[in-house]
Amino acid sequence: MNRRPIVLGVGALVAAAVVAPFLASYPLTLLTQVAIMAVLAMSLDILLGYTGLPSLGHAAYFGAAAYAVGILATERQAGFVTCLVAGVVVAAVTAALFGLIAIRATGTYFLMITLALGMVVWGLAFRWVSLTKGDNGIAGVPRPELGLPWSLSSPLPFFYFALIAAALAWAALGTLARSPFGLTLRGIRESETRMRALGYDVWLHKYLAFVISGAFAGFAGVLWAWYNGFVSPVDVQLVTSVETLLMVALGGPGTLAGPALGAAVIVFLKNFVSVYTKRWLLILGAVYIGVILFAPRGVLGALRSRR
Amino acid sequence: MTAEFWVTQTFNGLSYGALLFLLASGLSLIFGVMRVVNLAHGSYFMLGGYVGLSVMWRTGSYVLALIGGALALAVIGIAMERLFLRRLSGQTLGQVLMTIGFALIFQDLALLIWGGDPYSIRPPAMLSGVVTAGPGRFPVYRIFIVVIAVVIGALLWLALDRTRIGAMIRAAVDDPEMASGVGIRVPRVSLAVFALGAALAAFGGVVGAGFLGVYPGLDFEILPYAFVVVIVGGLGSLPGAMVGSLLVGLLDNFGKALFPELSYFTLFAPMALILALKPTGLFGRV
Amino acid sequence: MTRTRVLAIVALLAFAAPLAAPPGAPAQSAPIKIGFLAPLTGPFAQIGKDMVSGNELYLKEIGGQVAGRRIEIIVEDDEGNPATALNKSRKLVDQDKISILTGGMLANVGYALQPYVDAQKMPTTFPVIAADDITQRKPAKWIVRTGWATSQPMHPFGEWVLKNTKYRKIAAIGMDYAFGYEIIGGFQQVFEEGGGQIVQRIWAPLNTNDFAPFLAQIRRDADAVLALFTGRLALQFVKQYEEAGLKGKLPLLGGGTLTDETVLPQMGDEAIGLITALHYSQALDNPANAKFNKAFEASAGKIASYYSEATYTNARWIVEAIKAVGGKVEDRDAMLAALRKVDLKDTARGPLKVDDFGNPIQNVYIRKVERVGGKLQNTVIATYPGVSQFWKYKPDEYMKRPLYSRDYPPCKHCQ
Repeated sequence: MNRRPIVLGVGALVAAAVVAPFLASYPLTLLTQVAIMAVLAMSLDILLGYTGLPSLGHAAYFGAAAYAVGILATERQAGFVTCLVAGVVVAAVTAALFGLIAIRATGTYFLMITLALGMVVWGLAFRWVSLTKGDNGIAGVPRPELGLPWSLSSPLPFFYFALIAAALAWAALGTLARSPFGLTLRGIRESETRMRALGYDVWLHKYLAFVISGAFAGFAGVLWAWYNGFVSPVDVQLVTSVETLLMVALGGPGTLAGPALGAAVIVFLKNFVSVYTKRWLLILGAVYIGVILFAPRGVLGALRSRR
Repeated sequence: MTAEFWVTQTFNGLSYGALLFLLASGLSLIFGVMRVVNLAHGSYFMLGGYVGLSVMWRTGSYVLALIGGALALAVIGIAMERLFLRRLSGQTLGQVLMTIGFALIFQDLALLIWGGDPYSIRPPAMLSGVVTAGPGRFPVYRIFIVVIAVVIGALLWLALDRTRIGAMIRAAVDDPEMASGVGIRVPRVSLAVFALGAALAAFGGVVGAGFLGVYPGLDFEILPYAFVVVIVGGLGSLPGAMVGSLLVGLLDNFGKALFPELSYFTLFAPMALILALKPTGLFGRV
Repeated sequence: MTRTRVLAIVALLAFAAPLAAPPGAPAQSAPIKIGFLAPLTGPFAQIGKDMVSGNELYLKEIGGQVAGRRIEIIVEDDEGNPATALNKSRKLVDQDKISILTGGMLANVGYALQPYVDAQKMPTTFPVIAADDITQRKPAKWIVRTGWATSQPMHPFGEWVLKNTKYRKIAAIGMDYAFGYEIIGGFQQVFEEGGGQIVQRIWAPLNTNDFAPFLAQIRRDADAVLALFTGRLALQFVKQYEEAGLKGKLPLLGGGTLTDETVLPQMGDEAIGLITALHYSQALDNPANAKFNKAFEASAGKIASYYSEATYTNARWIVEAIKAVGGKVEDRDAMLAALRKVDLKDTARGPLKVDDFGNPIQNVYIRKVERVGGKLQNTVIATYPGVSQFWKYKPDEYMKRPLYSRDYPPCKHCQ
């Protein structure tokens, strides 16, 4: 068992927690974004890295949860627990439905089908105007009150809130990955036929991984809605799904800490490069290509093979 | 709902489907031979439109615009396949990220070269105007699109079914290893198909620029349509691309006309249904 | 800031002026930082570029400084994406320490920014974002609109159509989002009060590229069609409208963006004769507009549009407010008050004042597309001077009605 990603991850968490109070509020909000995107990337890693299923529609669960929070918090004044539970449940149910269609396919077909299903959610977000406010999006989503002395509406408490959430998600997903269930998933990734011959219910394992992954993506979506105070169809679109894939591929699939690192790199890259040049899309495109050509197994993957 | 409504809407769906066929047939062929999910395919459509526009500005010739757009993108397609995609064969995730990287680069280059204003290509006078027949009104340009798509579809079918290279392509689609075993140079076939697919999409882009226009963002707007077509029709199948385009053209059109509030749902939901019943699409085999 | 303190600082400055760097007033000599959001990538990049150019032009004309302080503009790309716009605003406010935030193009960006700038107490102006309620039912305290409210030009347009045409039954087709609802709704409100009828409303999704399914539905027994599209949708709609053989039968009226100068140069004869309403036209005949047009064409290499005029005039507006506070932009309350008090007599779009809700009172122009000297232009055929966003209604009565939407005003005459 390779411990390096865990050591790295814990180090990063502690470092972020220590440094945070000394940061200006803008870098702090970026770090908050990193924490949230890390949860999303790690949730996809369960599918892509551990189960070998490249989903191209992960924004659907992220967005469905964000919309659930947006609608409940603005129209029903729902609080912390309601929003959190509703968001995660909506995402998990969406994933459970989509999984029924998608899990039968493998490889490229799986990719195309998840892409198309993701478009269904985007289509609803965009067109079901009476529920989602369409292109205008849902504005003024309040951050929850936890009954703590610190209000989450200021950057520092919210950062710690997101950091703790990300740490919990990491711990939960890590436990899952090391459990017998997780080991079976890895077995399926290596050889479905062998696992089937050994008597494992391959479909059920893949399906459960799909739903769990969707639920954690939903958790990230809940945090995102609170963080931005705003939900729009952009959160559900294809580019968001693809960017998540890039985060996982960049950091190294199947390592959890790697995708989180990938999330950090992409968030900072997008926000810093676009300050210096209008041509940042060119650079982002080059990053996609460069990662595939020079670090096909991701940064952590490359570190690992060097040992 | 009058007869005019049904006739006009059916024709509109048909002509939109014809345009989608030009776009999606290339995507489907590329997938069939190379198993590449090409997310830059919408970019070929957009770039084709832009190159056609530039040719039109320089020469004033619509025919040259069609040829120029197709040729330029064939060259770009060849370069992409040769220099980048070939080394990723079999790596689905790598291909996806690579082609999306190209799509981003193409998007930004298009903005740099052509600016962000929306343009449209004006087809020659003989292709404008409206034909009235019975209860329907049929813009000549849309009839032209249908004719072009039928001609290209027929040529593709003949080429695949009746020629030596067609046989080689079909062999490569069915079983690449077997094909190379019997002496077919699969990499060369792949290259040819990739170039053809890119050229077809670009050709569609020039034709499409006559009524959809060409503008930044067209690439990612049209891409999902191409995907739905090949998913519904079945990856790698030419008849699938034909049926899929017609189906999607009609669904999209009637969906928007009859249930505007749910227009995307009426497009994607039947697709999900087909997939639930037949995961490889209507004509897919694998 | 009390008057004595102001006097003290002025006195100090006067005495310290001969010295190179007066240590007592570093803030006064530091540049005034203005954050400017615009979409520089994605589908709206060209409009973003127009916005940046208009702003730059005005600042260049005044030598880049006001009240003895240099103006530093920090442009950020919002990608036309509300989440990115928020991100970039945080960067501008927290890291760059701007004193004024401005720009933005899409309504959803406006709605996303509103709670943020109010919480930050950041003086903000919107030169382009027009969503009605930002200065109506849910007014943002810290946002001053220097552009327009969406329905503002459409109220007089409804009256103009009643008085000057025989069209009484109009079919409407618009983009399916707030901007579309507010344009069509504003027209419908006044038009139906005066005895006209909107007999049909069709809403087309924002990413429509084939208009055929919608064009086939338009009622052929209407007297005219009112359309609202922007950007490339406008270009395609007008073209496909003619191709479907509708132009000869049903005259086309529109919201101002249907023929604005970012799309008009790419249009052909199909646009001739279209009548639209907006608070600006590039073809407007006044000395300030002539000067602006000439300077803009020289610097940007293309004709001015309502977007470039918006940011040009917006820059002037901000500069006037900075002058009014004597350059002390750090006093945010004073700065906001000054922004709300600006009164310009001679802008390129005519005289401008602000109402109590932070929206300009300005002329509305009825424009008709004509070909002049080989080029298409929006010739002004009628002017409604000093139009308020509330038209002739009392603000409180106006705001008791719901915001114009998909369902309001109800379509009584639709079948």
